[in-house]
Amino acid sequence: MKEKLLIFEMSKPGRKAYSLPKCDVPEKDLASMINPEYLRADAPNLPEVSELDAVRHYTQLSKRNHGVDSGFYPLGSCTMKYNPKVNEVIAGFDGFSKLHPYQDESSAQGSLELMYSLSEMLSEITGMDQVSLQPAAGAHGELAGLMIIKAYHRNRNDHRRIKIIVPDSAHGTNPASSAVAGFEIVEVKSNADGGIDIESLKRAMNDEVAGLMLTNPNTLGLFDKNITEIADIVHDAGGLLYYDGANLNAVMGIARPGDMGFDVAHVNLHKTFSTPHGGGGPGSGPVGVKESLIPFLPYPVVSMKDQKYYLDYDRPLSIGKIKSFYGNFSVMVKAYAYILSMGSEGLKTVSETAVLNANYIAAKLKDVYYVPYDRICMHECVLSGAWQMKSGVSTLDIAKRLLDFGYHPPTIYFPLIVHEALMVEPTECESLETLDEFIEVMRTIAHEAETDPGMVKNSPYTTVVSRLDEVQAARKPVLRWNKDTNQEA
Amino acid sequence: MSRYLGITKSDRDYMLKEIGVKSMRSLFSDVPEQVYLDRELNIPPALSEMELVAKMKSMSEKNLDLDHYTCFLGAGAYDHFIPAAIGQLLSRQEFFTAYTPYQPEISQGTLQSIFEYQTMICELTGMEVSNASMYDGATALTEAAIMASEAMKRKEILVAGSVHPESRKILKTYAQFRDLKITEVRSEEGTIDQEDLRNKLNDNTAALLIQSPNFFGIIEDLASAGEIVHQNKSLFIVSADPISLAILKSPGELGADIVVGEGQALGNPLSFGGPYLGFFAAKEKWMRKLPGRIVGQTKDKEGIRGFVLTLQTREQHIRREKATSNICSNQGLNALAAAMYMTFLGKEGLREVAGLSAQKAHYAYGQLLNTGKFTPIFNKPFFKEFAVKSEQPVEGLNSKLLNEHIIGGYSLVRDYPGIDGGWLISVTEKRTKDEIDKFVRKAAE
Amino acid sequence: MIILNNLKYTNSHEWVKVDGNNAYVGLTDYAQIHLGQIVFADLPEVDSEVKAGDQLAEVESVKAVSEVYSPVSGKVIEINEDLLDNPGNVNEDVYGSWFAVIEMIDTAELDALLGSEEYEKLCDSLNEEEA
Repeated sequence: MKEKLLIFEMSKPGRKAYSLPKCDVPEKDLASMINPEYLRADAPNLPEVSELDAVRHYTQLSKRNHGVDSGFYPLGSCTMKYNPKVNEVIAGFDGFSKLHPYQDESSAQGSLELMYSLSEMLSEITGMDQVSLQPAAGAHGELAGLMIIKAYHRNRNDHRRIKIIVPDSAHGTNPASSAVAGFEIVEVKSNADGGIDIESLKRAMNDEVAGLMLTNPNTLGLFDKNITEIADIVHDAGGLLYYDGANLNAVMGIARPGDMGFDVAHVNLHKTFSTPHGGGGPGSGPVGVKESLIPFLPYPVVSMKDQKYYLDYDRPLSIGKIKSFYGNFSVMVKAYAYILSMGSEGLKTVSETAVLNANYIAAKLKDVYYVPYDRICMHECVLSGAWQMKSGVSTLDIAKRLLDFGYHPPTIYFPLIVHEALMVEPTECESLETLDEFIEVMRTIAHEAETDPGMVKNSPYTTVVSRLDEVQAARKPVLRWNKDTNQEA
Repeated sequence: MSRYLGITKSDRDYMLKEIGVKSMRSLFSDVPEQVYLDRELNIPPALSEMELVAKMKSMSEKNLDLDHYTCFLGAGAYDHFIPAAIGQLLSRQEFFTAYTPYQPEISQGTLQSIFEYQTMICELTGMEVSNASMYDGATALTEAAIMASEAMKRKEILVAGSVHPESRKILKTYAQFRDLKITEVRSEEGTIDQEDLRNKLNDNTAALLIQSPNFFGIIEDLASAGEIVHQNKSLFIVSADPISLAILKSPGELGADIVVGEGQALGNPLSFGGPYLGFFAAKEKWMRKLPGRIVGQTKDKEGIRGFVLTLQTREQHIRREKATSNICSNQGLNALAAAMYMTFLGKEGLREVAGLSAQKAHYAYGQLLNTGKFTPIFNKPFFKEFAVKSEQPVEGLNSKLLNEHIIGGYSLVRDYPGIDGGWLISVTEKRTKDEIDKFVRKAAE
Repeated sequence: MIILNNLKYTNSHEWVKVDGNNAYVGLTDYAQIHLGQIVFADLPEVDSEVKAGDQLAEVESVKAVSEVYSPVSGKVIEINEDLLDNPGNVNEDVYGSWFAVIEMIDTAELDALLGSEEYEKLCDSLNEEEA
């Protein structure tokens, strides 16, 4: 396989991929306008290529990627559902994309209306009383929610509540966000069913606990049956409940975090509401709260008065601003278009089908892959490569072998509490035929692991690069191109 | 059935049987009866694609967009030209429907483009390492402050009053929830007051945050400020406009330890405030303290060059509550747009954009002053944005201009009560002489 | 897995080599095997004071971070700077790759540490648990 050149290696002085108009105002010497000692002697060393070179470069790069449109992408916890094309077209409308954030409110009524209406819909879906669209991602929504919890306790003059309880199966962002919001973290164990251990929770609760962060269904893909009891325990001790909305795709129209007893919830528009993941972002992580927490939401809040929408900055108890302007607006446009496309019935069918698909995969694979929690799961199922480990084939090897069959592998080694975890989230979008093909391939790999483990361990064979040396990458980091590292490579 | 779902009714019945349950409801038997929603969600019924497009189109047309209105508004988000090829390439599904490059063998496109992005950001800023981007310029600045505090084991951050008001607000929000003290350094004539800076530096100062060109568009004397900060063994953190760095000395050359900034101007549409990207670069010394994702170069088993996410032990999925930041994603597609922009414009093009913007801004400034209706507020060198004092109230001025299909400047009194009548005007390479002349004429009427 | 007879050990898998008042501290073979390829070692500052049980250093593999705790109290008088450039030495020569030398203030603390036989038993029981 031939190495792909870096754009810098294609550069030649004198080539260009742009055209700009000539200066039509009377031109002055730059040094007469800006103090010469502020001016740069040499231009930054950016690429110099023709437009076709640049277009080919990025086209070739794109071919070295796997996206949802390329093939099945059952990446657990990430909800890699189809990203509707029409939503991209809509977000690109001039009225949405060519709008300055500081334009007068009167000139942005369409955007404000969209944000207002989207907040209301998300409130309805989550059972919260008000939603802020400002957070830029799930982790950012968590942070905002935790700040709200802290501000709430502070406002009651309760300064002792410095701890957040997080289950050991939680996403890494939960403890990290808690720490950034200035909390100490108390970890509680999971019980044999993968739910939160009630006795451990009771022991951990006291008047220093500000709240509990929970994902429900949890990261094992299981709905915590004890949720109302958990909520009571936390509330009785004066704490609040935070809902990590990473797994909301399982319960839309079926169970609402607000009705389960959660006080704060974030949702991921890039997961549940079909907006593209963009190779790692942008996402959007709106955060919703119950009535008593509304005053603490980040400002500005989109409000309406006399049929006019406006940005309300007059929020004396607000935690403050957490993001420039109003959040990732064009992501909101796509999520809004998605909700309108699905309607109330459609959203419920989404969740039902997502759960159906995950259970189908588990049912069809549990004789060849160990299923640590063998019961009805929600929108994702957690398998383990433990049986394959006996012949020396690890979960990583299974994941790599899947690449040869044109699949993006499931999430691996998460949740941390499952040995050799393989977390499969098919989403509702896939057809039965796609699921069956995947199941067949997984069975083939399980067979290969037994009969020819070495072959699985050396995979993949069909990708543009084989397994990469991550140890070397971390020991001697090369984080940018320059002529010397190029020669080394 | 929705067009976005792949399971038919008969598929469903078959699958339920294979799973060994009787009904859809039994898949949800773990959901307690008292939380099971016994009604439909109060969401409107589904729209067809045609109905959806019509509804959204009419909603978008309630906005006044910049194709029909001429924009002289900046204040942190800028109306620069974006080559058509960028939008076309960004819409390749392999880029936008992929997620985080967890499996490098099938993510070399994303990984290599980030590696190239990191290189370009280092070139612009004069730094040695860059991450894969953050939510926006303001949160990048806040993350830099937190990183500095942790790295220096000091609990106070100084921030220049001439830093973007939104950035200062976000910094304060984060700081109030952790043990971090924020102290503002006064501005004098639109730039940092060096005397006040000297007075406020102390043993507990982790860093100074400064922006250049600052919120008023003025180029700060970074070299002097940096020297003062370094005498106190504090870190010097600069927020920069990436376009300006094509012609201005890089903050790295002027002593910065960390350089961050809002990257929107690099090929990202204004989109009513987001999504944008924050760039974050630093001296190599701080490589292992950086927040966010980083891509590194390595080789595969056959010795072929490839790219991976690296130094991951800094991040939340491994270090959990001890992570340097809770950030989990980057602004992938926005960073890709930025990398494409820097590729298409390239070495000469970015200089031209910066030069044209500066020329036109200075022309507009001169023309506004010539009308006699506007007076200078600061007498300092600026790049593409400047403040003038208007004798008419700014609000009325802007609504008058709006009637003329012009989006006027930012009212400074919103954030600086002392600058009554302050009007912040931004002029990019997109503005023609005719547009500027009309703007000046109408503003002075 | 190698366990040397002439060293003292901790429950958290550090080894100690005593040289008069000085203690050389490293990670054991058991730890090294479980961590996998070490990519980075973060060492303490010379002259810093540590108490027994405090974090002394940190080692990183590609996907994990692990603390190295100080088995004794005292002052760090030397660090193994070679590890900064060659962290893989921990994998290749685990008992030669000390992280720091601590000048002990109380050699009696050594009595609380495990002997090689005790430590071997600990590792055996841990290995059994895993299996």
